[in-house]
Amino acid sequence: MTGMKIDLNHISALSLLSLDPASYEKIEKDLSEILLLVDKMNTIDTQHVEPMTHPHDGFQRLRDDVVLEEVDLHETQKSAPKTDQGYYLVPKVIE
Amino acid sequence: MSWQSVIGLEIHVQLLTASKIFSAADNTYGGAPNSKACPIDLGLPGVLPVLNESAVKMAIKFGLAIGAKINQESIFDRKNYFYPDLPKGYQISQFEKPIVGEGKVTIDSDSGEKTSIRITRAHLEEDAGKSTHDMFENETAIDLNRTGTPLLEIVSEPDLRSAKDAATYFRTIQELVKYLKICDGDLSRGSMRCDANVSIRKSDATEFGERTEIKNINSFRFVEQAINSEIQRQIEVLEAGGRIERETRLFDEVKNETRSMRSKEASQDYRYFPDPDLLPLRISDELITEIKAKLPELPDQKKERFIKDMKLDEYNAGLLCKDIDLASFFEAVVKQCGEPKMAANWLITELLAKINREEISVEYSPISPSMLGEVIKKIKDDTLSSKTAKTLFESLWNEPGDPNERIKSLGLEQIDDSSALEEVVNKVIKKNSDQVEQLKNGKTKVLGYLVGQIMKETSGKANPKKVNELIRTILEL
Amino acid sequence: MDDLNTVIGLQKSLRNGQVSSKEITQDYLKRIRSRDKQINSFINLNHEVSIGQAEIADKMIAKGKATALTGIPIAHKDIFCTKHLPTTCGSKMLENFIAPYDATVISKLENAGAVLLGKTNMDEFAMGSSNETSYFGPVHNPWNPSCVPGGSSGGSAAAVAANLAPCATGTDTGGSIRQPASFCGLTGLKPTYGTVSRYGMIAYASSLDQAGPICHNAEDAGILYSFMLGFDPKDSTSIASEKYFFALENNKNASKFENLTIGLPKIGFQTSELDTALSEIQRVLEGLGHKFVEIELPNIEASIPSYYVIASAEASTNLSRYDGVRFGYRCEAPKNLQDLYVRTRSEGFGEEVKRRILTGTYALSVGYFDQYYLKAQKVRRLIARDFQTAFADVDLILTPTTPSTAFELEALVDNPIEMYQQDIFTVPVNLAGLPAISIPCGFRNEMPIGAQFIADAFNEDLLISVSREFQKVTDFHNRIPSSSR
Repeated sequence: MTGMKIDLNHISALSLLSLDPASYEKIEKDLSEILLLVDKMNTIDTQHVEPMTHPHDGFQRLRDDVVLEEVDLHETQKSAPKTDQGYYLVPKVIE
Repeated sequence: MSWQSVIGLEIHVQLLTASKIFSAADNTYGGAPNSKACPIDLGLPGVLPVLNESAVKMAIKFGLAIGAKINQESIFDRKNYFYPDLPKGYQISQFEKPIVGEGKVTIDSDSGEKTSIRITRAHLEEDAGKSTHDMFENETAIDLNRTGTPLLEIVSEPDLRSAKDAATYFRTIQELVKYLKICDGDLSRGSMRCDANVSIRKSDATEFGERTEIKNINSFRFVEQAINSEIQRQIEVLEAGGRIERETRLFDEVKNETRSMRSKEASQDYRYFPDPDLLPLRISDELITEIKAKLPELPDQKKERFIKDMKLDEYNAGLLCKDIDLASFFEAVVKQCGEPKMAANWLITELLAKINREEISVEYSPISPSMLGEVIKKIKDDTLSSKTAKTLFESLWNEPGDPNERIKSLGLEQIDDSSALEEVVNKVIKKNSDQVEQLKNGKTKVLGYLVGQIMKETSGKANPKKVNELIRTILEL
Repeated sequence: MDDLNTVIGLQKSLRNGQVSSKEITQDYLKRIRSRDKQINSFINLNHEVSIGQAEIADKMIAKGKATALTGIPIAHKDIFCTKHLPTTCGSKMLENFIAPYDATVISKLENAGAVLLGKTNMDEFAMGSSNETSYFGPVHNPWNPSCVPGGSSGGSAAAVAANLAPCATGTDTGGSIRQPASFCGLTGLKPTYGTVSRYGMIAYASSLDQAGPICHNAEDAGILYSFMLGFDPKDSTSIASEKYFFALENNKNASKFENLTIGLPKIGFQTSELDTALSEIQRVLEGLGHKFVEIELPNIEASIPSYYVIASAEASTNLSRYDGVRFGYRCEAPKNLQDLYVRTRSEGFGEEVKRRILTGTYALSVGYFDQYYLKAQKVRRLIARDFQTAFADVDLILTPTTPSTAFELEALVDNPIEMYQQDIFTVPVNLAGLPAISIPCGFRNEMPIGAQFIADAFNEDLLISVSREFQKVTDFHNRIPSSSR
């Protein structure tokens, strides 16, 4: 699938990023080149190969169901941009 | 040619673990905003999830109770979307390999038949926080206390054929999860929520019609109303020659109609992929066996036992088994007094009436099982008549205490003593010579009247059986 | 090399009472203040708190309760969360972010008595190979200030090379410890995935990231690593089994380190400058009794695309939490929620980060998932298998760390593809989760050349041992840039 054009509008909307129109073309070009690079993978036969998410075999450890975290609101909110009475505030969402 | 409705429900059940699904923060309901949201729940930079053992066990419990296959290897995936109450910008859920596979439950359908509703799957995921839009003038307030609460999402096949059945199914699941003690089933607190997938088709059609999804229904009444109004809407659209759009809708209970959410939902691409911070979940045979052995008796099994062993009728048995607390209450009363039929009657006619009127659950009944058991015992041994027993019941409800002491303090003992009774009988006979004549002439009905008079004289305390005997003896009937 | 530059050297001086930790720390802080303007290796310094830590360390030493790290100053890559210093991750997004908790790596090293000098500069969110993407300005290579120090742990490497810290921590997702170590003439270890906790380490690519030491020599790296490693219940990917046992002092199985068979893979990208250096290191190692064989890593060239897809995909979602709601940068006067999100993220993130988020989002999106993400995961397994096959025949693998010595600042900034190709030797190691070390093995035009050893999982001791051996008979690791003297 060489020369695939990315729908940059769609992808940037999904990522909640807005692109500076001046650099739009460059980003498009960069991404197409990255995709060309990535397409090199297609030359490899992976028909019966299992995908690998983690480098080592292993299974999820289970945590005992005990309350250990004590929340200090002052600490957890010390870097919060906007709060009121403990709530985080964002511009009003109209549903 | 009539329309058939096809409905499937996705039910979200909050699990009763002590801590959250991926963090060791407090999982109880309520609290000051964000006081139970630890760094992991908040999705702060650098934090990592670790899976709660209890949540896994509860999911397995549910799976076994619906006869489902437990998938011994399941994966956690990231479901990606942006919303302020979803701190990480993704929800940890399970996509292709959920922990619980296919199972089923049986419901009492409104067609009168018992119907099997198939469950496609159930999986674990984390709950999001809460957004409140009307607290501040220009802002939405975000409380992340609920973030990270373990959810079990139960997905049914589209086997439901009416809104009523959907409500029944929702209720059946509620009873089941309460039975299993994995959820408190409290809809008002949001412990259970459901989304309904609704479509219609001609009765003779083989394919399904296009479906819409009604989101976030949180009461039984609304389940029925919402689905019915959507079915109606779809019929109107199709009969006018239109097409149903696959979309998400919200139910407006004031207007009693569903309306479309902004179609952003349709272009939602969740980009599911396995969460690299979590390893595959492997469940051993031993764990499944261990949990299976500890499964409580399920509602259907209990009902059968009540019918078979305690000789209750189907209706009463069904009523008592609906709620595990009520069923336990019942069995405790039976243990105390040994009279299942009487216990059932008292619970259903007297106690249930009271707790329903006062809108409390049976665990908050001021009358305990042992109190009620004792009352029934006293009826059995003739200390109380049915009338005085009711008086005692009322008294204990308003002021709980020891039944035996209360009988004494209220002077409720049945008058059993023959000589005392004789005195009253003679008094009444003297006063009612006409009726006595009628009785001697064969009008047996009058006996009841005379007994009634004697009961009145004794403020209901006379032992009616003894009174009956005495009248017959004295009048030589 | 001045004894006072290495961990081992400082340890000795502290134990002999020749100098106190407080004096050492003050010296480093002074040097930082006077020299770091030219290098820009630190973002935030720990000033008075570090002096306080040093004083406590001095007391512990006096009581005889010191560990191998007590009183030793250390610089931490600004990717590890610290409670009392900002953690910026080289980004505007986190410029003023102060975490409510310490990363596990930070706690462990603090408990060992190390003195926290400050947080070092890095490529933004660890995405880069040159430390040019940092919001806080590029870092300059102490060997040649018009060259890059490498990335993303460029600040840590530059600080150690410039004698502004005796040792530092870094993180490595595709080479971010080894490549800067190579460009700066240092020893950098990327451990086996899962042996060092990732809790509190701001995530770039979760299945690839590992923290490790950047030091002047292998002995120091071994010491630092021994304090960093260990099972952490807060990290689900942290390894709990007894499968690994890292012993620097107790070489119980000494024969394990003798007469090694070292594999040389056939990888394109060999250039003449590297060939010479590699032949040198080969010669020295043969002299030490080890032998070399050629090996195949057939799928190795696919490791760059596989890496970029996987890393970008994981990163694209790891970075979704940066939205201006609960912490970090928030745009001015957002008009509505959409505006809040889009402007915060677009203003808070730099170009490279955006590029990778877009790539990652694309790779995971409907219609492209199988062809990109799933394919990359399968290629990953093949690469891991290639290594396993190789390790059936060899004990170690030797490659150059990078295709060249440090390139000039801005040389590759407009050329992301060429920048990505820098990682050809390092990236396969992260995909397979294996340990690898980069050590200096030569110089070209006064710029350091690095060689990389790769071992099978949990064989860090082998890496440290062979590096130590090499460093006993060579002195590339002892050379200091003239600016640092």
